[in-house]
This record gives sequence, C-alpha cells and structure tokens, in this order.
Amino acid sequence: MLSKNQTAASPRNCYGEKLVELGAKNPDIVVLDADLSCSTQTCKFAKAYPERFFNCGIAEQDMMTTAAGLAYCGKTVFASTFAMFATARCLDQIRNTICYSKLNVKIVATHGGITVGEDGASHQALEDISYMRSIPDMKVIVPADCTEVNDVIEYAANTKGPMYIRIPRTNLKQIFDPEVYRFNPSMGVKLRDGKDLTIVSNGETLFEVLEAAKMLHEVGIEADVLHYPVVKPFYHTALKESAIKTKRVVVVENHSVIGGLGSAVCESLSQYAPSKVYRIGIKDTFGQSGEQRQLMEFYGLTDKKIYEKIIKFMDVK
Amino acid sequence: MEAFTRAIRCDCLRMIHDAKSGHPGGACSCVDILAVLYKKVLNVPLEWDKAVDFNERDRFVLSKGHASTALYATLAHCGYFSKDLLSGFRKLGSKLQGHPSSRTKLPGIEVSTGSLGQGLSIAVGIALALRLDKINSKVFVLMGDGEMQEGSVWESLMNANAKKLDNLVVIIDKNRLQIDGLVDEVKSLEPLDEKFKAFGFDVYEIDGHNYEQIESILLEAKKSNKLTAIIANTIKGKGVSFMENNPSWHGKAPNDEELKKALEELNVK
Repeated sequence: MLSKNQTAASPRNCYGEKLVELGAKNPDIVVLDADLSCSTQTCKFAKAYPERFFNCGIAEQDMMTTAAGLAYCGKTVFASTFAMFATARCLDQIRNTICYSKLNVKIVATHGGITVGEDGASHQALEDISYMRSIPDMKVIVPADCTEVNDVIEYAANTKGPMYIRIPRTNLKQIFDPEVYRFNPSMGVKLRDGKDLTIVSNGETLFEVLEAAKMLHEVGIEADVLHYPVVKPFYHTALKESAIKTKRVVVVENHSVIGGLGSAVCESLSQYAPSKVYRIGIKDTFGQSGEQRQLMEFYGLTDKKIYEKIIKFMDVK
Repeated sequence: MEAFTRAIRCDCLRMIHDAKSGHPGGACSCVDILAVLYKKVLNVPLEWDKAVDFNERDRFVLSKGHASTALYATLAHCGYFSKDLLSGFRKLGSKLQGHPSSRTKLPGIEVSTGSLGQGLSIAVGIALALRLDKINSKVFVLMGDGEMQEGSVWESLMNANAKKLDNLVVIIDKNRLQIDGLVDEVKSLEPLDEKFKAFGFDVYEIDGHNYEQIESILLEAKKSNKLTAIIANTIKGKGVSFMENNPSWHGKAPNDEELKKALEELNVK
C-alpha cells in the first residue's frame, strides 16, 4: 500500500478539489469559510458553486452555528478555517450546538500544528485535537498524505455526524499508493513490521516516522509502525496487538503531548496492554516563528530527531 | 387566550417547583409571545415529523433555552405531546431536559439550545438552507435581551443582513433583567432599536403581553419579505406579583407556599 513515488503535494489543494468533485455529485453539500477561503482552498468550491458557498467573514462562532442550522435542514456542511480559529474560539458552539444536536457538520481545519511556520504561536494550533477529542460524538481524523485526504473527505461527505478533520499547511509527501490504499475509518493501520518497539503516528509526522524506522533498521532495531488517522473513536486492536508484542511504544505527533494522539494511545494501553510509552510532540509549550523545517527540527519532529530520541528511549530499562 | 396563557404559566411554575430548579422569571415573560406564536402564527404540524408537509413547516428556535418550561408547556397545551410529560421536567431520563435538547426527540423541539447567543446564528443557517431548497416558510427565533450581550449575536445579525435573508424574524423578549440585575446597569444595549436598524432590520416595538399587538405584528412579519426584528417589552415573572421585575426569580424554584400563592394569583386574575 506504500507508494514508491514520494512527491510532495498540497493537502489543502487536494481538499479544495475534492470538494468541487463531491459538490458536482451531491447538491446537498454546502461549504462555509471565515475569510480564509484562499488559504483553506474552499475558494475552489466557492467559484464552482457560489450559491452553495457561504463566507461568514471573520466570525468563527457564527460560522459554526450557521453550519449547524444548515446541517439541521439536511445539508452536508463543510466548515473551514485555520485549526487555531476552528476550535478554541468556537468550542462552545461546536460542543453545545453541533455535537449536542449531533449535526452533520464537517470541520475541516487547515494549518494544524507547529508547521504553520512564520506566523508564530498565535496561529499554531497545538491543542486542537485535545479540545475536539473531548467532545461526545465528535470524530477526529488526521490524514497523513493527499491520497488519504481525498479518501477522508469523501468518507466525511458520505457519513453522518460531526467530524473534525485536521490538515497541515505544509505540502505532504506521498505515502500511500492511491491505486492500492483505501482509508479505513475503523482501524489503525500497520505500515511496517518489527519486534523491538511500536511507533504510532498520523498527519505530517507519519512520513518522518517511516524514515526514522528505516534508520532504526540500519542499526538493528525493528519497529512496528502504526498509522492512526482516526484519533477518535480510538480503535484499540492494532495498538494492543503490537504493544503486547513489543512492550515499548513511541507516539509521534505534530501536537501538544497533552490530549492528542499520545494521550489516546496511553488511555488505550493503560486498559488493554500496559506498556512503557514515550510521547514525542510539543511539550506543553507555545510555538514560535520559524521556517517549517526549522521548527520541525527544533521541536524534535524530523526523522533524524525522532531516530535519536528513540535510540535513547531504547536504552531506558 | 388569557385562560390559555394562565394555564401555561401555572404549569411552568408547577414544573419548576417539582424539579426544585428552573427559570420562572424568563419563562413567564415570554409565555404570551409563545402562546400567540403557536396558536396563531406558526405553521407547524401537530403530527410533527410524521406530517406529510413537515419540511414546509415554519421553524422556531428558542435561543433563550432557559425559558424551556414556557416552550414545553405551550407545546403540550397546543397538543404536540401529552401534558403528562411535563411532570418529568429536569428529572433523570426525561425528554424535558433543563434546557431544550433535540436529542430527546420531543415533538416541537428543533435544535438544542441553552448556551446563550447561539440560537440566532442557528436560525440564520436554517434560513439559508430553506432558501436554497426554495421552501417558502419562515424562521422565528426568540432571544432574551440580556443574551444580546453575547458577541456572537452581533456576528449573526451582521450575517443575516449580509446574506439578505428575507425569511427570518427575530423576536426579543425584552424583560430588562438579567441574573445580576438590570440589563441597563450590567451592560446596556441601548439604543436597541437603532442598533437593529443599523444592522438592516425592520424594527417593531410591541407590548409583549398584549395578545392583539403580538398577533398583528407577528403576522405582518410573517408576510414581510424583509429582515424583521420585534422588540417585545415584557415583564420578567409576568403574572405573579412577587416575581414580577425581581431578578432574584431568574433561576429560583418557588417553595410549596410560594407556588400556592402564585397559582392562586394566576387563577384569580
């Protein structure tokens, strides 16, 4: 299922194009944005179907409850803005209106994580998955490449209920072969087989993890690599089986180590397969300005940094 | 109509008394508006979601969800569900949650509300969807005046105007009180009518306890194809002398004696 071609592509472009494709087939799809349609690429849908696109202006709270009203009337609603503004700012609207009424709103948030880059901490959503994961009936999905973004958006359009889908600003290197890979909404996916440790990831860090696993192989450490695009609901089986085998788990994510995939993994393992877990992510701190790759490096999310951290972790008895 | 609203107010107070909690003040201030809406204005089928023309119904959103008893009792007295259900208010497993919940599938409840400042925006979304689907019905939303202190309300007013909605009617239950006291003293909204006008609304001001006025303006708003705001001047706790204009009755249940006194007053009038 892994692709030989590792060309990087923009997941936002991919999202925008997919919306246009789905919009042609389904007249009930409507799209909302909060003045960032060029950045989120919902502008593509706006151009194709202006009557079904609603720009709510710089007013994210209003966007979420307007989305709720449209969804209540049977529309399949995609609402997009940056992850920073799509979550914390309108958390009450998402919880008390969208999720409490179980409405068919898909929040597709772009610019998730530290790799927003130069805009700095005010725009780097590092807690969004944590917020979304704690709301009943909210599904949380973090796709890892454009093949998967395509599948996830299609899945979202065809599946009722609230969802939070997080995509990064960065271009994503292709991981999955679009001819072979199909996103499965109800399982973690094993991408590499090993006996020494388990590495769990999703989103843009998955590519780095796969590279780190190759480096580990060079020094004789074999890692099970698990991809968990669906952070909530959390499907335990793949993780449980792997952790029972390896007894050591590392989680890598472009998010705070509090409340994200790392926390979901710990919650699962504490119940099904108590194991030593090392969470690699942003350590309960705000981000800062910098180039995307520099920031990945600084916060220890590049393949090389992940490799180094895992080597140290393997020494811990 | 007077006997009808008296019965509704009595049930509101009984429900709150039985539950030992609830919001009598803001419920009693909007009972007359709700009664006229459901009796004379809204086209909402009694068979609710089983009606063949269910999609064509007018939509009503109670943005001030804490006035849930007023909506529950009005719906029950109009026949949307059995009055027997009212005694379950705020009790474990009841369809009559403290604030309206669409999860419980209580006939007549469109969407969940309770966190203030969101109903108008939901109504804007509904109005947009109806327009897209070329459904020719109206969306009515009832807000409290205190609730207008939420910034999200003004985002929605702006959006309603920007999207040129012609199928939305906003009603303000202006009882002038909020938990901490007078709206004017906590954070004044004045001049409210001018603000609505500046946001592109046709504004009407009415006595929110005068049935004829409520009915004629609501029917006019229903026919109008302009954004309409109706500022209904009301009395918080209307109908019970010791509750009227007293902010301490915002969220307090009457005890046995207070209930008895209140019911006597309501029945005497």
